[in-house]
Amino acid sequence: MSEITIKIDGREYKTQEGEYILNAARANDVFIPAICYLTRCSPTLACRICLVEADGKQVYACNAKVKEGMEVTVSTPNILKERRAIMEVYDVNHPLQCGVCDKSGECELQNYTLEIGVDSQSYSIPDTKRENTNWSSVLHYDAGLCIVCERCTTVCKDMIGDAAIKTGARGGEKLSKEAKDSMPKDAYAMWNKLQKSIIVPSNGTEHTNCSDCGECTAVCPVGALVSRDFVYSSNAWELERVPATCAHCSSGCQIYYEKKHTSIANPDEKIYRVTNEWNFVSLCGAGRFGYDFQNDVEGKDVEAFEQAINAFKKADTIKFNSAITNEEAFMLQLLKEKLGVKLINHDAKAFKDFLDSYSKASGSSLYGSDFREVMKSDFVISVGASLRNDNPNARYAFNNVQKMNKGAGLYFHPVGDMLVPTFGKSVEVFNHKVGQEEAVLYLILDLFGDKDKLPVQTKDYLASFHKTVKKTIKEKVMESVTSTVVDKETGESKEVTKKVPKMVDKEVEVDENGLVSILGGSDNFAETFEKMMKKKENFSLIIGEDLYFHPRARNLSRLVALIEDVCDMNLVMIPPRTNSLGVAMICNLDEEESGYIVGYNEHGHFRLGARGFSKLDIPALNQQEGTFVTMNKVVVPTNPALEYKGYELNDILNEFDIGLDETIDFTPKLARFDGFKDIEFDDLPNGYTNTGKENRGYIIDNISVEKQAVSVVEFNDSIVLEGEIAYRCNPQRQFNDFTDKSHQINEEFALYVSPSKAQTLEEEVEVEFDKDTTLKLKVVVDDRIDGDIVLVPDFKSHQNIYSIFGKDRYKTVTIKKG
Amino acid sequence: MGLEKFKDRNVGIQQYKVVEHEAFPKSNAQKFARVMKRMVKGELFVGLWVTLRTMYQALFQDDMHTVKYPFEKLPISPRYRAIHEMLRLLESGHYRCIGCGLCEKICISDCIKIDTKYDENQRKEVTEYTINFGRCIFCGYCAEVCPELAIVHGGRYETSSQQRASFSIFEDMLTPIDALSSQKEYPGFGAVSPNADDNIKKTPLAY
Repeated sequence: MSEITIKIDGREYKTQEGEYILNAARANDVFIPAICYLTRCSPTLACRICLVEADGKQVYACNAKVKEGMEVTVSTPNILKERRAIMEVYDVNHPLQCGVCDKSGECELQNYTLEIGVDSQSYSIPDTKRENTNWSSVLHYDAGLCIVCERCTTVCKDMIGDAAIKTGARGGEKLSKEAKDSMPKDAYAMWNKLQKSIIVPSNGTEHTNCSDCGECTAVCPVGALVSRDFVYSSNAWELERVPATCAHCSSGCQIYYEKKHTSIANPDEKIYRVTNEWNFVSLCGAGRFGYDFQNDVEGKDVEAFEQAINAFKKADTIKFNSAITNEEAFMLQLLKEKLGVKLINHDAKAFKDFLDSYSKASGSSLYGSDFREVMKSDFVISVGASLRNDNPNARYAFNNVQKMNKGAGLYFHPVGDMLVPTFGKSVEVFNHKVGQEEAVLYLILDLFGDKDKLPVQTKDYLASFHKTVKKTIKEKVMESVTSTVVDKETGESKEVTKKVPKMVDKEVEVDENGLVSILGGSDNFAETFEKMMKKKENFSLIIGEDLYFHPRARNLSRLVALIEDVCDMNLVMIPPRTNSLGVAMICNLDEEESGYIVGYNEHGHFRLGARGFSKLDIPALNQQEGTFVTMNKVVVPTNPALEYKGYELNDILNEFDIGLDETIDFTPKLARFDGFKDIEFDDLPNGYTNTGKENRGYIIDNISVEKQAVSVVEFNDSIVLEGEIAYRCNPQRQFNDFTDKSHQINEEFALYVSPSKAQTLEEEVEVEFDKDTTLKLKVVVDDRIDGDIVLVPDFKSHQNIYSIFGKDRYKTVTIKKG
Repeated sequence: MGLEKFKDRNVGIQQYKVVEHEAFPKSNAQKFARVMKRMVKGELFVGLWVTLRTMYQALFQDDMHTVKYPFEKLPISPRYRAIHEMLRLLESGHYRCIGCGLCEKICISDCIKIDTKYDENQRKEVTEYTINFGRCIFCGYCAEVCPELAIVHGGRYETSSQQRASFSIFEDMLTPIDALSSQKEYPGFGAVSPNADDNIKKTPLAY
């Protein structure tokens, strides 16, 4: 894309080619009113208020692209008339009780009514009774306030991918003929549509079947969509916004904690809601609703602190997980150096091993791309990630590529998913067997790889799967048919030759790809793939957690490196937990735990934790400052929203004389590790610019490392699992103990199964992993799962699920009656 | 009237009357003579008579001019800003406050606090409302901003108290339900002006 110059109201501005006028104006700080448009989503054209004049023609700024030398006029007398009429129509029958509305003070309808100066009303129509409904456990829809701008439906379809809501019939009265004649054209068209529609769940019931991400409540310009918990609990202007980073998964989304005092009687601060820059970042349900996980402690528990010091003195192992900041990880590493203890972290260890092996094969320390690049691509492949559960942002990216870039997608996963195929017409799903991940990567090499760059051995190996077979296909041929026609008027008979299509059987030689059938692909995959590849230029590959927890992870990592090398793809990996990437870069992790274990937010002989059931309390991630490394390889800061009165890890370090004054004093010291920079915490920005450019923290540079000559080995079926299989995977919105603690997230610790599988199971079952390890779990049906594999969550650390699964993510189990 | 009159700064020759009085005594003898003259004149008894007459009227003719505070209070102006009152809707008796929080927002001494919740009738319920009269400066902004004329200034101006607990909460300020019929519309701060109808444009209604 090249830079071009356009003129808005006579002034010259620079912008990118192919950009919409509205976005170009916004990026240059020029105000064009717009209600229904969402950046990163397709234009809805519901509000029509962004009407501008471009090169003498009236166009919608959200829908018209800029051209070199284009002259845009934001307001002409006619456009002003239209805008005024549109705003008047929006105010028709809109309740005037702004005082009780939750949106009051940050309402776009209020703002635009004032901006456009609507001080009188010229239109009217009888109102229709519209009921308040609760769509789900978190969504509250007040239809009376809705202006049907369709931002909610647009974001749900284009960004989230659920398409759980749509416009339905309102049952409103028809507009009069006089209105049509007397009103400005666009205002009439907008009103006509508004008067007919209302938002309803798209499954035809009263309740939405969605991932409860609450993004619809974030984008709603009025008070129609508010989370059930927040309704009437606080006015927008009373809340203090604390910019932070979501602590739940490796996306590290930028969020604002919004807080004020709990009540008149209780002056302690409380988080009331989480908001986001919805034009540039989309949250999931965990990020939006999982905010009240703070660790409330009365004060410093001196006795427990002494016990903790003693525990550290006699510790052999410190066990922790990756829901910690870089600073905490650094402090644990310092403790290891000082005390000679082992550091055990299951998720980060597997990821670190995979990364290390990958970088040896590829010659660079980290994967080459990030999710912002994935969003720009037009062909995206996901391997080894349960997209819906592992990382919501990876799923949004996958979906967004289908919707916005006319993209295509390949989804490889053993667990069937009902949602992913609905993302787009060109999404092909492979539900391969567990253990065939190597074959998947070989297939990707075969489909996208530049064969000349491949090592000869691999090239031959791939060729060995190809067979030329004779196949009978039906082909359309044009056949000439000659018939005699008698002309009615003249009576002459004439011979007419027509071409008529006819289907004939034809035997052709087809190249059959053995890998496709091994992976359970459809028979006509070759044709489908050909269609998918049309006009595609930019390819992305998402690698998920299944590959890190795999018996042949090393070979997989080499294959991934090889794919990145020969396929010209954006490669991204999803770190398993919040800060797995940061921990992997900072800590020197050990293999096996032994002796006396101090658990840091984990199971152990002595436990420190932010969940309340530990011996010594430590601050939760919304109570401390620090940094995370996101999956986009960015070091982002997070700020404390709530006060914490107890001890923190730095106090323990001070007892061993290796601590600093403040936890954030460790931030610049991170530069000791490759990739990190010597930048003070307070100098790290955390926001977005008008263009949507992420201005947060700093990017970790990809460092080239010594490339070692490694070769990939062939796959074999010896590791393929058969029978009853359990998959370590959290339900949507649950990631760790902290999401579990949040009162609005109620997905329980249970066995998640597909509807068909549930019919063969009791309500409660015992899952036997081996003779000594069994788990008693309730069976919960997730109707978006397909197939027989059952999902065992790992979000409760005291259940020690990582230890049960060990170095795999799949296990064969026996499921017994509970 | 022109401005000439005001521009004339020669104050000495305007319509002032000069008080005629005797020349001031100059020597000590003259001063002594004036004292003696005044003593003999009996002017003291003139003043004393006025006092006695008023006392007689007050005691025996029921013509008292003082207000027996605190048993009696003078009427105060409707624009006076004393302790707040919360009014009720006349028809339903429900409190008028909708919990919009504008009074809380506008309060410059930060003494109003309000808690609200979503109630079972899908309305915004005011669960708690307090004004800290120890901080309140009685500026009247809360009454002026209130869109429902729910919070107004009443006439209770004795605000001293021995403890903070005696300062009002919502229930204390709210019109007692049995006194609803005697609740008066407030004419002071924030009230609708008599010519309000002339100042607004009417909205067309289709029903």
